[in-house]
Amino acid sequence: MKGFHYLKDVTTLQLQEEICIGCGRCLEVCPHQVFVLQGKKAVIALRDDCMECGACQLNCPVAAISVDAGVGCATGLINDWLREHNLRAPGGDCCS
Amino acid sequence: MKIRRIKKIEKRPTPSCCPPLSSCCPPAAAPPATLEKPPCCGPPATTHGGVITEKVPGFLRWMPTSEGGRVAQIASELTLSDHLGACKARWGIGRMHYLVPPGLYAIGTPDAEAPVLVTANYKMSYDILRSTLRGRNLWLLVLETFGVNVWCAAGKGTFGTGELLTQIKATNLAGIVNHRQLILPILGAPGVAAHTVKKESGFNVRYGTIRAADLPVYLDNGQVTTPSMRELTFTLYERLVLLPVEIVHAVKSAAIITLLLFLLGFFSSGSTAASQMIFAYLGALYTGIVVGPLLLPWLPGRSFAVKGASVGLLWALICYQLVGADWNIPQTLAAFLALPAVSAFYTLNFTGCTTYTSPNGVKKEMRLAMPLMGMAILSSAVLLAVGQWLVMKG
Repeated sequence: MKGFHYLKDVTTLQLQEEICIGCGRCLEVCPHQVFVLQGKKAVIALRDDCMECGACQLNCPVAAISVDAGVGCATGLINDWLREHNLRAPGGDCCS
Repeated sequence: MKIRRIKKIEKRPTPSCCPPLSSCCPPAAAPPATLEKPPCCGPPATTHGGVITEKVPGFLRWMPTSEGGRVAQIASELTLSDHLGACKARWGIGRMHYLVPPGLYAIGTPDAEAPVLVTANYKMSYDILRSTLRGRNLWLLVLETFGVNVWCAAGKGTFGTGELLTQIKATNLAGIVNHRQLILPILGAPGVAAHTVKKESGFNVRYGTIRAADLPVYLDNGQVTTPSMRELTFTLYERLVLLPVEIVHAVKSAAIITLLLFLLGFFSSGSTAASQMIFAYLGALYTGIVVGPLLLPWLPGRSFAVKGASVGLLWALICYQLVGADWNIPQTLAAFLALPAVSAFYTLNFTGCTTYTSPNGVKKEMRLAMPLMGMAILSSAVLLAVGQWLVMKG
């Protein structure tokens, strides 16, 4: 995304190129243009731009992509941690 | 962890709840009848979209379909109350009930060859689509996402494969249109497995564009997604419209902290000190919630905590210039430690509003930043006490 780049070397995105059939779905669904097609295989071109939304993993018809997907949201993580320690989130009784 | 688990059971849509402070996603709603146990929270069971009646926003008339059913034809012109509703939702008013019934709608007079666009039942999504598609003839298939926008609902799996298949079947879409193409928003892809939809229903999923505004061009150029249509943006305006609800969500905790600061300041050193502390805190809060996100691309570093701390530092300087003339050294140090920490916390929260921060990135940044923030606040409290002691000693 032009002008916006998040932390380097944190994404859990993995592509098993030997399984890839080059259908190009991952290029279609990735909102950050992480993948490109080289010959008949997808390759990861902009790894650090991955936001781990999981669209590529879910839409890959041969399950060649894996990523620890989720929502990148500080409040959600704080609430998760609080809940793991059996504490209530301040100001809310909601779960994420 | 929880978020991932929800995604995995995506075949049975779960109306999960948003963290109360998170902003991109309105807290979701009531459980569907099929849910084994209700979610731990959420408003009572009135927040389903319900069924399509003459009361749906923009209803014009019932349109008979070729297979003997009827579809609600809806207007593209938004009324004053639609605009007001959107405005209120941006400020968090009635946002949990801002939804339309799921199902099939007609824009214009679509026939069996007309394109089918899929969206969420957040009313703002529905309104943006029908007004953007003015003057066209097409079908709008609305999924039950419990009033949550496409992007957040896809992350939770409610805008998902299972719900899409359910609606295809419930609306008898295959009998209404002759083709087998569905156009989905690109940001819906984290919830929908296109190949599974094809296998189960025969419908091909095409991910069209990210923004609704690009749809007219997309439809006119033979449904080809150009590079700019799949590129995310996060302009000043796009950031600005997210801020009101962030402010509203912070009000409660801010009020409690303000009260504590008042009591602390008033009983230790009088009303001047109390009002200075509150002024400094509220300034840091505003800096973290409003200034940080607005200046986001121009602030140093990639980490949101660092970005927040840097504007917080700026605020500490301004604050010192404005009211810091009488501060002694420990008090000054305390301000320069605590204020950046407060701003950093609120800017870090803005990660929930962006479309480029990754969960593992946010986790990493929090593991580093949260202890530092805590330490800064604690040291600042100790320094304030020392400063106060120095004042009393004369």
